[in-house]
Amino acid sequence: MRESIQAAGELNPLIPHVSEIILGAAVFLVLLLAIRKFVVPNFEKAFAERTAAIEGGLSAAETKQAEADAKLAELEKQLADARHEAARIREEAREQGAVIVSEMREQAQAEASRIVEHGKSQIEAERQQAVNSLRVEVGTLATTLAGRIVGESLDDDGRQGRVVERFLADLEAGTPGVN
Amino acid sequence: MIAGNLAAALVPMASGGGFTPPGPADFDLPPIVGGITKPMVMIVLSAVLIFAVTYAASRKAAIVPGRLQYAGEWAYGGVRNGIARDIIGTEHYMKFVPYLFTLFAFVLVNNYFGLIPLIQFPTFSHSGYAYGLAALSWLLYNGVGIWKHGFLGYMKHTCIPAGVRGPVLLLIAPLEFLSNILVRPVTLALRLFANMFAGHLLLILFALGGEYLLFEAFSPINAVGGVLAWVMFFGVSALELLVMFLQAYVFTLLTAMYVSGAVADEH
Repeated sequence: MRESIQAAGELNPLIPHVSEIILGAAVFLVLLLAIRKFVVPNFEKAFAERTAAIEGGLSAAETKQAEADAKLAELEKQLADARHEAARIREEAREQGAVIVSEMREQAQAEASRIVEHGKSQIEAERQQAVNSLRVEVGTLATTLAGRIVGESLDDDGRQGRVVERFLADLEAGTPGVN
Repeated sequence: MIAGNLAAALVPMASGGGFTPPGPADFDLPPIVGGITKPMVMIVLSAVLIFAVTYAASRKAAIVPGRLQYAGEWAYGGVRNGIARDIIGTEHYMKFVPYLFTLFAFVLVNNYFGLIPLIQFPTFSHSGYAYGLAALSWLLYNGVGIWKHGFLGYMKHTCIPAGVRGPVLLLIAPLEFLSNILVRPVTLALRLFANMFAGHLLLILFALGGEYLLFEAFSPINAVGGVLAWVMFFGVSALELLVMFLQAYVFTLLTAMYVSGAVADEH
């Protein structure tokens, strides 16, 4: 073919060498097979693994996020419970305190009134004792006085009478300051 | 194609002064050893390079990629997601990713051979290589269509557009057959070949033309022209960087679209 073209005097670039068609196609096919077998699977593997890695990372992050959310909710719930508990305990303590205070007040009141009562009865008893001893003493005194009056001045009627009357009046009034 | 026309238009102006314009003969390199030519070595070299680099990039398949793996994943992922998945759809695309990725890398590397110092020859400026690839893509999308719909089903699927009925089919069906079955592989191959051929021709023209004006036909005006030609050489090289990528992308994209049309369910 080449010779015929050269024989025509000028090369026609549109007319190919058959050997070049065959060689070009053959080399291309060999390259295609090699790339299909050795190159494409590797690129696809890298793409697939990268996609998987990204998707795996995303789902792991989602799981972590969910876990963190659950943990947070739990902690918040615990915190609220603790606050509630604290408030309850405070309330209880206040109530208990109030009860204790009122009990103490009652006890103190009772004690006070008991002491007062005791004092009163003691005073009463002492007074009674004083009255009793006074009566005894008044009798003695009266007797003594009567002896003196009689022995000393029986002629002075007026004075005698006044002394006796005053004594008796004092006695009846019961004033301890007599003697 | 446009660049080729431009080169053709420039040639007569230059040829008056004894300048031999570059032509198709410049692409007919002498064999290196026996029947082995430079493009043959390059196409094998491209396959070895592509496999070595992509294998090294993908070998570790680490979850946290290194630089090389990151670059490999960027290229592979671009074809896989940006072309295959977006066009063919999530249901079937994985089966075609190896083909599309290999196709893209193969065309890209062989195109960039055109700008790499010392190699400086785009493999696909030899039309045979482009025909070979287009034939493989043609076999792929038609094979997939026949596998999916059966032979008659696929013919119906391809040649009869949805919602068209009646006698107009006599006109439409042959046109669709021509367009989808016969013309597609030809345009696929020619687009790639012609871009690489014309781009390289243009680079040869500016390089050799500038050299001729500066060193062989020196005069003040020619010197200005020669310098301008070399400036244009750099400009066209920059443009070629883009064109070489685009041709690889378009070839892959169109193959994906043809496959997508073939595996599509009934409208």
